[in-house]
Amino acid sequence: MPDFRIQDHPILPPPGEATVPFTWKGQSFLAREGETIASALFAQGIRTFGHHPKDGSPQGIFCANGQCAQCSVIADGLSVKSCMVPVKPGMAVEPLEGLASLPDPTEAFRHHAIETLPTEVLILGGGPAGLSAAIELGKAGVNVILVDDKADLGGKLVLQTHKFFGSIDACHAGTRGMDIGKKLEEEVRRFEQVRVWTETTALSVFSDRTVGLVRKGHYVVVQPQMLLVATGARERSLVFKGNTLPGVYGAGAFQTLVNRDQVRASERLFVIGGGNVGLIAAYHALQAGIQVVGLCEAAEDCGGYKVHKDKLVRMGVPIHTRHTVVSANGKDEVESVTIAQLDDRWKVIPGTERTFACDTVLVAVGLEPVDEFLAKAREFGLPVAAAGDAEEIAEASAAMFTGKIRGLELAKALGRDVGEVPLEWHRTAEVLKSRPGATVTEEIPEDERGVFPIFHCSQEIPCNPCTSICPKGAITIEGTDILGLPMFNEEACIACEQCVAVCPGLAITLVDYRKAPEGTAEVSIPYEFAPSSIQEGSTVTVLDTLGRVLGEVPVVKVRAPKFADHALLVKVQAPSAIAKQIAGIQVQEPWVSKPAGEVVGRVPDEEIVCRCERVTAGEVRAWIRQGVRDLNELKSLTRAGMGACGGKTCPSLLKRLFREEGVPLDQVTDFTKRPLVMEVPLGAFAGVVHGEGPTVDAAVVRAHAAFEGGL
Amino acid sequence: MSTQVFDVIVVGAGSVGMPAAMSLAERGLKVLCIDQFASPGQGSNKAAIGGLRATHSAPAKIKLCLESLKTFATWEEAHGDDLEWFQGGYVFVAYRPEEARVLQDLLKVQKAAGLDIEWYGPEELLRIVPGLQREGLIGGTFSPGDGSASPMRSNLAFYRRAKELGVSFRFQERVTAIIRRKGQVVGVRTDKGGYATPLVVNAAGPWARQLAQVAGLDAPVVPDCHEAGITEPVARFLKPMVVDIQPAPGSKNYYFHQSALGQVIFCITPDPAILGSDRRETSAFLPMTAQRMVGLMPKLANLKVRRTWRGLYPMTPDGSPIVGRHPELSGYIDAIGMCGQGYMLGPGVGSLVARLATDQLTPDDRATLEELRPDRVFGGAEALK
Repeated sequence: MPDFRIQDHPILPPPGEATVPFTWKGQSFLAREGETIASALFAQGIRTFGHHPKDGSPQGIFCANGQCAQCSVIADGLSVKSCMVPVKPGMAVEPLEGLASLPDPTEAFRHHAIETLPTEVLILGGGPAGLSAAIELGKAGVNVILVDDKADLGGKLVLQTHKFFGSIDACHAGTRGMDIGKKLEEEVRRFEQVRVWTETTALSVFSDRTVGLVRKGHYVVVQPQMLLVATGARERSLVFKGNTLPGVYGAGAFQTLVNRDQVRASERLFVIGGGNVGLIAAYHALQAGIQVVGLCEAAEDCGGYKVHKDKLVRMGVPIHTRHTVVSANGKDEVESVTIAQLDDRWKVIPGTERTFACDTVLVAVGLEPVDEFLAKAREFGLPVAAAGDAEEIAEASAAMFTGKIRGLELAKALGRDVGEVPLEWHRTAEVLKSRPGATVTEEIPEDERGVFPIFHCSQEIPCNPCTSICPKGAITIEGTDILGLPMFNEEACIACEQCVAVCPGLAITLVDYRKAPEGTAEVSIPYEFAPSSIQEGSTVTVLDTLGRVLGEVPVVKVRAPKFADHALLVKVQAPSAIAKQIAGIQVQEPWVSKPAGEVVGRVPDEEIVCRCERVTAGEVRAWIRQGVRDLNELKSLTRAGMGACGGKTCPSLLKRLFREEGVPLDQVTDFTKRPLVMEVPLGAFAGVVHGEGPTVDAAVVRAHAAFEGGL
Repeated sequence: MSTQVFDVIVVGAGSVGMPAAMSLAERGLKVLCIDQFASPGQGSNKAAIGGLRATHSAPAKIKLCLESLKTFATWEEAHGDDLEWFQGGYVFVAYRPEEARVLQDLLKVQKAAGLDIEWYGPEELLRIVPGLQREGLIGGTFSPGDGSASPMRSNLAFYRRAKELGVSFRFQERVTAIIRRKGQVVGVRTDKGGYATPLVVNAAGPWARQLAQVAGLDAPVVPDCHEAGITEPVARFLKPMVVDIQPAPGSKNYYFHQSALGQVIFCITPDPAILGSDRRETSAFLPMTAQRMVGLMPKLANLKVRRTWRGLYPMTPDGSPIVGRHPELSGYIDAIGMCGQGYMLGPGVGSLVARLATDQLTPDDRATLEELRPDRVFGGAEALK
């Protein structure tokens, strides 16, 4: 039986054994403890979870974040989101074919009254922004309830296996995102008056300035004096043929499957979008042993950090700039992707189509703030602030800092004696939010003696761990902020290799001429792949920053010092002529990226705009051409936006269609936003309690008591 | 620019105004329909939950709704648009002698009006509505001819038909004056222009009173606000609309049905009524309604709520609509005060207004208009509002 679980991830600890029995269509499988149904199925190579009631189209993972309902399955008779519900021992899981049946209750239940809990601050979201705010509020002694819909805190930090950019002081730069999340959580948990509710989803802000939450199936209403929205971002989607085939999903969803759940969700992957999210997802795929066939980006160059792009390129992943996706092809699941070149007016140039065999197409075309709670709180006059991506899309490092600032601001607004927010914090937040700056030509030092680092880092981004880590203080950055490029400015290198290990962009090598035979140098290269893939004495292909092959060189040493935090430092012996150009080791063979001779699989003829209600772009365009200018009318006509995701996915796609049809958006009436943000069983609102247990969630009572005591 | 001239201007493109405009055009009139929102049905139509019944207690409403039901039931065959019409009937349940008595008393009136409705005991009622709470069930009425359809789809179908018949529409336009000369309507002024007409129909729903005031009149129509919700779609398990008229703390009746697409749509009548036009979501609605629904039909506990919204009921003092020519202004017809039943009354009222405007009233119409006339004395409320 094939098992797609990742066993030898270079960074992540080995996951637990699969011991929890469950069935899928009557066949027995094992899941890991706490594993979601979706991941347990992916681990068996199953990724079609059912078929849509409207057109019978196959359904699978899309957001892997509990936001949509495309991954729904029937678990023990009930339709559930497979990406959110863990496998229970003996669970019988069936595909959701068409409409689910509503089962009769299997056990008696009672109701309890829904409680309203007061608190000073309610924080929605336990990611970098929410946690950082909670820490500041905790320090100031403010009563806080922090909620997060996942079982573990950290938000998307949980998925970030790479080392972070930014500065060490401000945001733990050089540390892996997942470890930053744990550090923040530890700190938050120290404060007694900060109560953390995981597996708690915010549903709605009401006009009486309360917030409805569902906590582990129980509905709770919280009445905060102030609300902090740190709900992060959701991924933008894209309209193209075959865009809803199982195997087309978001980069965030992919990282959830691969990095959180350690499931090899794909064998051959294609990425759409060259922002940081797409670039990092591609890198994570390589680390998980997944072939990355390529990445396409519509613009002249990738929008993400150049170091992320360079990292991919020198591992052997081609990046197709000025290219867009034409179609994801396949009968029931993705079998290939077709891309094509764009002209100056962003139109596909006929004849430039190329098709690549792949099983997965990741859509990484940007993020948009999850800001509906913010809008409603403002409308209803509930004092509210936003931090992190919910306020402005930026890096997680910036989210930590804006969270910190908002935390202090809220404490101050609540009358705590915390002083003003230091001006320096605002400056740092701005710097961390900076878009990549100028790219300069890489400068290679002329020296061919001694030992020194080389920075394959030629774009101004907010990042400086290399300057902080150098024990000799020999690495500096120009200017007063951390946006400048690093320079090595004295001959004091002791070859400790710490800068090589700490660089989040894997962009520093160390060239050592001292002991190498005449005409050669030893080059230390950071390497974040499975240790089994590289051995001393073997030969590797080395590449320059642009991904050009420099030659084959012997590996003379592989070590894994603690300070490298799971990265390997690989020392190769290279001719002097190429030593200083070496920027990486090829990990993917060029044949992986070759186009297929012909289209593999069926080219679908539909572009779906609203995936919940299966509304095509053609239908929408026809109505726009007939004069429809109100998204609410469009919704009545087509049902676009009426589906299970609560109209979270299609609005931006619909607006794009209006623009494409030449209708300026100021002529278009926007959707009326309605609660709920998430579908929740009626029983939760009725306060249904199953079985003979206590009638009120004991934890809620305890929290309530703690709060009363705390005032 | 010369002023455009219309035979009639309908104000409001909602549950009542849209079918009225359509019916007027069907009778050969040149019609303009003006609405303050960006597209059809964006006021109260889209807030309706879609129930369609003739099983009222007042003869006028029974007659109007019978005509409406005919329109909804035959529309797809006649015009092609799928209105998501589903003839599942209505069930009113009784768990206390009080409600049983009210329903059984009404039954006599309803049967006398020729309605197809019967009383059923608990066992029979459970066959009609499997899954009802058996404990305490006394029985209830079932009227198989009633049903449901999609308010939005209906409104858009009537819109399409109205345009076909030549009705002109102006959206995002507000009526600022109804121009009269010697006690007779001669035109309408709006924030975007003016139109000449000898006849105006007030079909402004919860905004009927504001429009009346623009005409220098008044209308005893006060909106109150009800909240509703819709669930995920599931395979059909429920055919009729289920109505529970038993009061409980915070609410009077509540009702729910499963639409043609499988979604359960539900609504509750708050007690005391929430007067005014605030349509912002409340925290009270879901717990209150969910407890009652799950108590009545336990299997609903597992059904997921997708969306909630609030809509306005244009209430009159006696709970009956106001339809007819206004005695104080010639050329001004009221089609207002539907008390939350505009969707089910709409086609019936619309065609009545068209017959009224073209002097083609039947004797039945005259009786209906007598019952609903604007200058009636507003007495007690109707029993089955």
